[in-house]
Order: sequence, then C-alpha cells, then structure tokens
Amino acid sequence: MASSNFERFLKSKSAGFILPLIATILLFALWELAVIIFKIPEFNLPSPTNILKAGIEFAPQLLANSIRTLWTTLLGFFLAVIVGVILGFFIGYSKFAYLTLYPLLVAFNTIPKAAIVPLFAIWFGANAIPATLTAFLLAFFPIAVNVALGLETVEPEMKDVLQSLGASQVETFQKVGWPHTLPYIFASLKIAASFAFIGTVISESVASNAGLGYLIVQATSDFNIPLAFAALIVLAIMGVILYGFFIYLEKKVIYWAR
Amino acid sequence: MVQPTTGSATSASQTLDTSPLLEFDKVGLEYPFEGSMRRIIDEVSLSIKPGEFVSFVGPSGCGKTSILRMVSGLSPAPLGEIRYRGKPITKPLNNVGIAFQNPVMLPWRNTIDNVMLPLEIVQPYKGQFRQKKAEFVHMAQDLLATVRLQDFQKQYPWQLSGGMRQRASLCRSLIHQPEILLLDEPFGALDAFTREEMWSMLQALWMRVKCVSILITHDLREAVFLSDRVFVMGPRPSSIIYEEQISLPRPRTLEMELSDEFNHYFSNIRRHIHHN
Ligand SMILES: Nc1ncnc2c1ncn2[C@@H]1O[C@H](COP(=O)(O)OP(=O)(O)OP(=O)(O)O)[C@@H](O)[C@H]1O
Ligand SMILES: [Mg+2]
Repeated sequence: MASSNFERFLKSKSAGFILPLIATILLFALWELAVIIFKIPEFNLPSPTNILKAGIEFAPQLLANSIRTLWTTLLGFFLAVIVGVILGFFIGYSKFAYLTLYPLLVAFNTIPKAAIVPLFAIWFGANAIPATLTAFLLAFFPIAVNVALGLETVEPEMKDVLQSLGASQVETFQKVGWPHTLPYIFASLKIAASFAFIGTVISESVASNAGLGYLIVQATSDFNIPLAFAALIVLAIMGVILYGFFIYLEKKVIYWAR
Repeated sequence: MVQPTTGSATSASQTLDTSPLLEFDKVGLEYPFEGSMRRIIDEVSLSIKPGEFVSFVGPSGCGKTSILRMVSGLSPAPLGEIRYRGKPITKPLNNVGIAFQNPVMLPWRNTIDNVMLPLEIVQPYKGQFRQKKAEFVHMAQDLLATVRLQDFQKQYPWQLSGGMRQRASLCRSLIHQPEILLLDEPFGALDAFTREEMWSMLQALWMRVKCVSILITHDLREAVFLSDRVFVMGPRPSSIIYEEQISLPRPRTLEMELSDEFNHYFSNIRRHIHHN
C-alpha cells in the first residue's frame, strides 16, 4: 500500500520538483554540519550560512556581474544556434559540405577553448567580446552535429514519398527535415546552454573586466572565499533556470515527440 | 504484346484511350558485386494501359521493389527504358502515389493533416491550398471514411494501430489524384483478417480514382483479388515468366475467393512460381 502510494508520487508532476529540492536542502544541511563538526576554516570551505551572508552583503556586485555573464552567455549561445543550425543543415544535406567541413569541425572541437582565450584578449581586449566568442565556440558544435544527425535520420521512405510528389529540397526541409530535427535540436540546446556558460566563465576568469568568472577570481585573490562560493551558486542557479526553460519550451514545441 | 480486352469494368470504361500509359522496353538492372556486375533483372518488356491494376509477384530479391523505384523515377532504369506517355522516365515523376510496407507518417501531424500532405506540395492543389482548404479537408474526410477512419482524423500516428496507419497512408497516396499508384507490399505486416479487409478498402479507393496501380506482393490471393493482370517474375536474373489476365467482375467480394474461377487463377499463378 505504502509502496504503491510512493510509486504514484514518483509519477506525479510535483515529484520532479519536490525531490531535487529536498536533495538540495539535505546537501546544504550536511555541508553546514560538516563545517561545524570538523571545524573547517572559512577560507577552505565556508558554510552555507556564511555564503548566504556574503551573498546578501555583496548583492549589488553579484547582481551586476550575473547580468553581465547572463547576457554574454545568451548572446554567444544565440550566435551558436544560428551558426550551428546553418552548418548542420549543410552538413546534413550536402555530401560535399559533409566531406569538407566535418573533419575540420571535429579537429577544431578538440582544441581546448581555454587555450584560445588569451589570444582573444590580445585581439579584442579584456571586455565582453572574448567571453561571448568563447561561449559561442563551445556551444555551436553540439548544435551543428545534432542538426546534421536529425536530417540524416529522416526515414528513407518519407524522403521517397516527398520526392515522388515533386517536392523541392526546401519543401522537403520545411515539411519533414526541420520538424524531424527539432527533437535533436532541443537535446543539443540543453547541452549547448551549459557549454555556453562554461565558455563565458572560463573567458571571464582569464580576460575580462566583469562577470561572475571575473568576480570569482577577484574574490579568491582577496581571500573572500564566501563571496566566490556565492558567485558559484548563482552560476549554478542560472544554469538550472536556463535548462528548465528549454525543457519547458521543448514540451510546448515538440509535444508530439514521446 | 497485344492484350485481349476483358469484360471488366476497367477496360470497358477506357474504350477511348487504350494506348499504353506505361511501357517497359527491355528494362534491365545490374549492381556491382565483387568486382563485376551482377545482373538482377535480365529483361522486362510489357505495357500497362490507363486505369489498369497490375501486380508483380516473384521470389524475394528478384527486383520487384527495384521495378517500383524505376517506375517512380526515384532510381530510373539503368538498362532499357520505361516510358510514361511515350516519354522515358529519367527523374522522379511528380504525379505518383506511393505506399510502402512500413506506413511512414509524420508524427507531428494528426491523421487528416498527414493525409493532406500531398495537397501542400503538388500543383494545382498547392496554389489553391488556402482558398480551398475546406474543400480539401472534405476530400480527405471522404477518403478516410472509405477506409473507416472517419473517427480518427484528429489522432496522432502513435495513437493508431499498424493497420490504421497503413489505411491512412493509402489515403495519402491517393488524395492528389495521382495517375500512377505504387504499392510495395503494403499489407505485408498485417494479420490475415485485417489484410482481407484492406483489399476491399483498397479496391473501393481505387475504383473511385481508377489510376494505373502497380502492386508488389507475396500474397498470391491478394494479387488475384485486386489485379486486372498479374505478372510472375522468375528468380535472379529475373524476367516475366508468366502473365495472367484476371477477368473477375468488379467490385470483387471476399466470397469470390471461394469460386472456381478465382481458384483457377490462383493455381495457375502458383504453379508457375513453384516450377522455378
Ligand atoms: N543499392 C543496392 N546495391 C546493390 N544491390 C542492390 C541494391 N539494391 C538492391 N540490390 C539487389 O537487387 C536485388 C533486388 O532487390 P529488390 O529490393 O528489388 O528485391 P525485391 O524483389 O523487392 O525483394 P523482396 O521481395 O525481398 O522485397 C537484390 O538481390 C538486392 O541484393
Ligand atoms: Mg521488396
């Protein structure tokens, strides 16, 4: 009886919200306890309450830098979506583009992006441009690959049906290729969004004048570890919110995909 | 090859236009295999009149699906030629309806929108799609009613059974009034009862449009039930080894399957398949 109730709860909508919340609270409680019991010094691992205090004390800085990180990430991500979809479209539809571009993309993707950031700083200075570019570079690859994959996996019978109706390439893309690819795109957007955040923060911590990555570096060099942690937590929250937004959008747009 | 006209409704209604719609002229097929070319189809020559329903039967791998692909123009005949209204087929024809064994439907469209897909692509429907939407919806509903899917218009493909999806895809293949209907084992995956039901529905659909239809099947009863002519293909390298004219009156009923005439056709065809 009890177990069947529990299973019913697992299937309910609220479970997906309540369970992670409980887990998070538990994690913070354990953390707090550990810090108290083992007397961990604040500059090694601050307790959640100290982090919260620092968060409140430095709220204006946190807010300003979060906004900076958010918009650079979103801008880089937005560029990545456009370029990724277009590239994926070419790779998926043209054998020529596939043979020419795909090896280059793979090679490029293996370059650690952190290694390019100093170059960007020399070219563009310590501002938002390196961050945006790094976010873009990390995010476009999974999108391009997934779009190409989506286009490739259209059933050959469906392609035959459209071709035998005299559909043009554009019509085939519009009626079949694009909708078929949407689930793949959404899968990649969720990954790409986190990648964009990583890109922005890497870049901000190496070459920037603002942003959460910059704030974390500044706070650690001032031995203000609680503030660094507060910035980290804000980052995590933004990542989760963006991820949640894409899940919501996905459910709205591709309600037909099971 | 001169075919005697039969007493069936099809040829009687086509007294004016008896010139062949489709002509196969020494059609052959080969594929590279281990360094040399392997012949799949040796030579097929035949002609199909407007409004005729023909079937191809033969052993697996003899090139039946390939013949459909050549007629549709999706992969034009590499050897010899197939002529449609006197012109060789070299690229995809655009007034063809196709249904496969696997009834592919678009999962983001409900049944009626899936059926209406060709109207969004084929002219003149494409140009009129906005103005005449209501009329087109009516056409689709009509077809769906013929295959008893009128109550499933708003359902999505995953909410339908395999047989229902196949019925919907038959409607899709016919809605734009194609001149040629190509069916590649459309009922191969269905159980025997559903299959017989589908024969009657397909016949009803076909009798409304009377387009040239080419059916590929492994079921000899299906071929006899639906066709005006049945072509038997031999093993690889294949050719047409036998041809049977089926003169049963239309509409054909499932009771006819028990008649002597039906069984006569059936055993003629079967004998030729088994002799090879
Ligand atoms: N792309 C290809 N490359 C090489 N050989 C091929 C290709 N497509 C088909 N074949 C060969 O052509 C032959 C005929 O294939 P086809 O699909 O037309 O057979 P079929 O008569 O439809 O068989 P079945 O009844 O099993 O569906 C087969 O032997 C197959 O091996
Ligand atoms: Mg086949």
